[in-house]
Amino acid sequence: MASSIPAPAPAELALAAMQESRPRGRRMPWLMRLGLGFVALLALLAVVAPWVVQDPERQSLRTRLKPPTLWGADGRAHLLGTDHLGRDILARMIYGSRVSLVVGLSAVLVGGLIGSTLGLAAGYRGGRVDAVIMTVADAQLAFPFILLAIGIIAVLGPSFPTLVVVIGLSGWVSYARILRAQVLVLRSREFVEAIRALGGSTVRVVLRHVLPNVLASLVVVATLELARSIVLEATLSFLGLGIQPPTPSWGGMIQEGRDYLDSAWWISTCPGTVLMITSIVISRTGDWLRDVLDPTLRGE
Amino acid sequence: MRGLLPFLAQRLFRALIALWLVSTVVFIVMRLSGDPVPLLLPPDAPISEMERVRRELGLDRPLPVQYAVFLGNTLRLDFGRSLHFREPAFTVVRGYILATLELGLTAFVLAAAVAVPIGLLSAMKRNSVLDHAAMALALIGQSAPTFFLGILFILLLALKADLFPTSGRGGWQHLVLPALTLGAFTMASIARLTRSAVLEVLRADYIRTARAKGLGEAVVVAKHTLRNAAIPILTITALQFGTLLGGAVVTETVFAWPGIGRLAVQSIYNRDYPVVQCTVFLAAVMFIVINFAVDLLYGVLDPRARAG
Repeated sequence: MASSIPAPAPAELALAAMQESRPRGRRMPWLMRLGLGFVALLALLAVVAPWVVQDPERQSLRTRLKPPTLWGADGRAHLLGTDHLGRDILARMIYGSRVSLVVGLSAVLVGGLIGSTLGLAAGYRGGRVDAVIMTVADAQLAFPFILLAIGIIAVLGPSFPTLVVVIGLSGWVSYARILRAQVLVLRSREFVEAIRALGGSTVRVVLRHVLPNVLASLVVVATLELARSIVLEATLSFLGLGIQPPTPSWGGMIQEGRDYLDSAWWISTCPGTVLMITSIVISRTGDWLRDVLDPTLRGE
Repeated sequence: MRGLLPFLAQRLFRALIALWLVSTVVFIVMRLSGDPVPLLLPPDAPISEMERVRRELGLDRPLPVQYAVFLGNTLRLDFGRSLHFREPAFTVVRGYILATLELGLTAFVLAAAVAVPIGLLSAMKRNSVLDHAAMALALIGQSAPTFFLGILFILLLALKADLFPTSGRGGWQHLVLPALTLGAFTMASIARLTRSAVLEVLRADYIRTARAKGLGEAVVVAKHTLRNAAIPILTITALQFGTLLGGAVVTETVFAWPGIGRLAVQSIYNRDYPVVQCTVFLAAVMFIVINFAVDLLYGVLDPRARAG
C-alpha cells in the first residue's frame, strides 16, 4: 500500500547519491573492513568449530555460572564464562554461529528464488499475473509477519526446514518488488524489443537478457535480507520457536541467560553482542554495495 | 489528471482484498494446527464428551462450511469464544488492546519527538561530530535486534543502574524501557529520513533565494525548510506506526507487557484459535487503516501521487 508514494526519478536519486557526504570512491571504509573481517573470522570458526573449541553441550556442575576465566574449576579455560549448566559460552557461541549462518543463507536462497521468480513474472507478464502477485505481496506486508511465522511454526513444530522456509517466505516481497520495478523498465527497452522481434522466446529473454541486468540489485537485496534473516532466526529462537535446545543458537542463549542477567550477565550479552555486530556489519555491507553497484536503488 | 475518488476507491479495494487474504491465511494456519479439543478437557475425558465439545465449537462440520461461517462471523467481529478464557474472543482481546496502544503510542511519540530534532540538527550541522555520532547511532538502532536491545536496557538501566522496573505494567516508569525498545528502530529511521529530507530541501533554489534576500537562519529553517521537508517525513513517520505493531509482539514478550502481542504469542501456545484470529485480524485492520489514512493524506497533499 505504500506503493503509492511516488519514487523520485532515478536521475534525481543518483544525483543525491553523488552529493551525499560519504566518500564516493569504491574503497570500503576501514571500519567496515574490520567488521567484515570479524564476520569472516566467525564464519571460519563456525566451519572448524569441532577442532578448535570445547564440546558446547558438555555440562559441569562445578563450573556453573562462572565469569570469564583462564583456569576454571574443571581445569579448562572459559574465556567468556559459563552458563547455568556449566557449559562454555565461547564454544556455544561459535556453534551458534553455525545455526545463524546456515539458516540465514538458506533462507536467503529460498526467499530469493521465490521472490525473484514472482517479481520477474509480475514485471514481464504484467496484467492479471502482476495484479495477483502484487496484491498477495501487499497482503503479506499488511500485517506483522512475525505473528504468522509464530503461528506456522507452532503448527508444524520447530525444525530446521520449517525455520528456513518460514524465514525465506518472510522476505520474498523485497526481491519481487525491486525486480518487478526493474523489469518494467527493461521490458520496454529497445534491445529487449529487438530480441523479441527476432523471435527470442520469453524464457530466453528473461534468463539471458533481463536477469543479468538485474543481478546487481539482486545481490544488494540478498545481502540486506541475510542480515534480516539472521535477526529473525535469533528472534524466533529467543521465543522458543527456533532451533531447539540443547543445540546452541544465539537467540536461545540470550533467552537462557535472561533469568541470570543480574548474576551472570555474560550468558546473554556475549551472543547478543555478536548477533548485533553481525547484523550491523552485513546490513552496512548491503548499503555499501547498493551505493557502489546501483545508486538508483537508494531510498527503496 | 485523475480524480481523487477513483484513486481512493482503488486503494479501498486493495485494502479489503488484503484483509480478506490475511483472514483466510489465519484460518488455514489455525485449522492446520491440530485439534484443540484434547487441550480443553481433562486427559481422561470420555470420547462422547469430546464429540460434544467438538460439535459445540462447530469443529465437526466440513472445512468449507467452517470457512464460510468464519468469514461471516469475522464481518460481525464475532471470533467465537476463547477456548482458554471462556469468554467471547473479542472481549478478551479488547481488554489487552489498551496496553498495546499505550505502549505503541508512547514509543511512537518518543521516537518522533527525539528523531525529528536530531535529524534536523544533523542536516544543519552536516559532517559535524554531532551529525556523525547521531547517524552512527541511527545505523545501530536500525539494525540491532529488538529483543536484544530490550535485554540490554533491562541489564544496564533496570538491574545495574536501578532506574526503572524490569517488567510489567504500572506507572510511567514501567513504560520507559519497553517504549524505548519498541521505538528504537522507528527513531533511527525517522532521524535518517528527516536528515536526508532536510538536506534535499536545503539544496533547493528557494532556500538560496531566502538566504540571499537576507532572512535569518531561524526563519529559513522554520518557514522554508521544515514545511517543505514535512511531507516525506510525515508519510514515513505514519507508516512506521504500522511496523510498531509487529515489534510489539517481541517487546511485550521481553518486558512481560500485558498487550495483544504477548496475548497472541501465549494464545498460539494455548492453541486458542479464536483469540489468535481476533488479534491478528485486529492488528491487520489497524495496519491497513493507518496505511489507508497515509495514502489519503498523501493523495490530498500531493496531486502527483494520484497518478500512481
